[in-house]
Amino acid sequence: MNQNRRVLLKGTFAAGATGIAISAGLLTPKAVLAAWPKAAFEAKDTNAALEASMGSSSATESGDIKLKAPDIAENGAVVPITVTSKIANTEAISIIVAKNGTPLAATFNLGATTKGFVSTRIKMGKTSDVTAVVKAGGKLYSTSKNVKVTIGGCGG
Amino acid sequence: MAKSSIKIRAKVKKDEAKVKCLISHPMETGLRKNKKTGKLIPAHFIQEVVCEHGGKTVMNAQWGGTISKNPFLSFAFTGAKSGDAIKISWVDNTGKSDSTEAKMK
Repeated sequence: MNQNRRVLLKGTFAAGATGIAISAGLLTPKAVLAAWPKAAFEAKDTNAALEASMGSSSATESGDIKLKAPDIAENGAVVPITVTSKIANTEAISIIVAKNGTPLAATFNLGATTKGFVSTRIKMGKTSDVTAVVKAGGKLYSTSKNVKVTIGGCGG
Repeated sequence: MAKSSIKIRAKVKKDEAKVKCLISHPMETGLRKNKKTGKLIPAHFIQEVVCEHGGKTVMNAQWGGTISKNPFLSFAFTGAKSGDAIKISWVDNTGKSDSTEAKMK
């Protein structure tokens, strides 16, 4: 009987310690940095970028994703992009600019309670298709929109 | 700490929280040249933004240099109450980081 109690106590202590270690690990910047997919952001073409960030490059066109972007962006350095996904269980949203040197602009990993909605501002070098790729239930869906750029935002 | 680089505005309507945030950061891609010296300006951009609510990560964004200077970010999530705290933190490619907490309205 005594022996059992000792084992139980030891077990609880060990579990408690690992719990603390994990939560501490999650908060340090280094652990966060390690998760950044370097290959995806350095990929030079759309398919390679998708492959590295989402695990696949075959995305189905879907009308359930809304991509809000200007038809003509006067300043390529600041192009507002809003993505709204009506697909259930949207896990991640990626924004891809096909003709930028490195097409992948951003990947947003959404939590369980997070809605399929993100809005941000991106840079565009020249007129290009902007694609929103949504990951839901292990599958990829996409919507594209052509944005004309009058002044590029990537050069000096 | 000096003034934070992150500004957060979060509003709760019914059950849904809409968060807007502005971060002040140069977001250099590493491809631009300094016009006077002709040298490349080293890359300096935010790689990761994490938003936490009630101890849970509600959103984790991975960014490249393609995001505009002084980035703007907006997203929404459910299960929030007015007065809840929300925490947003970022890390850039030089290892610098910052974080701010704000109360939702």
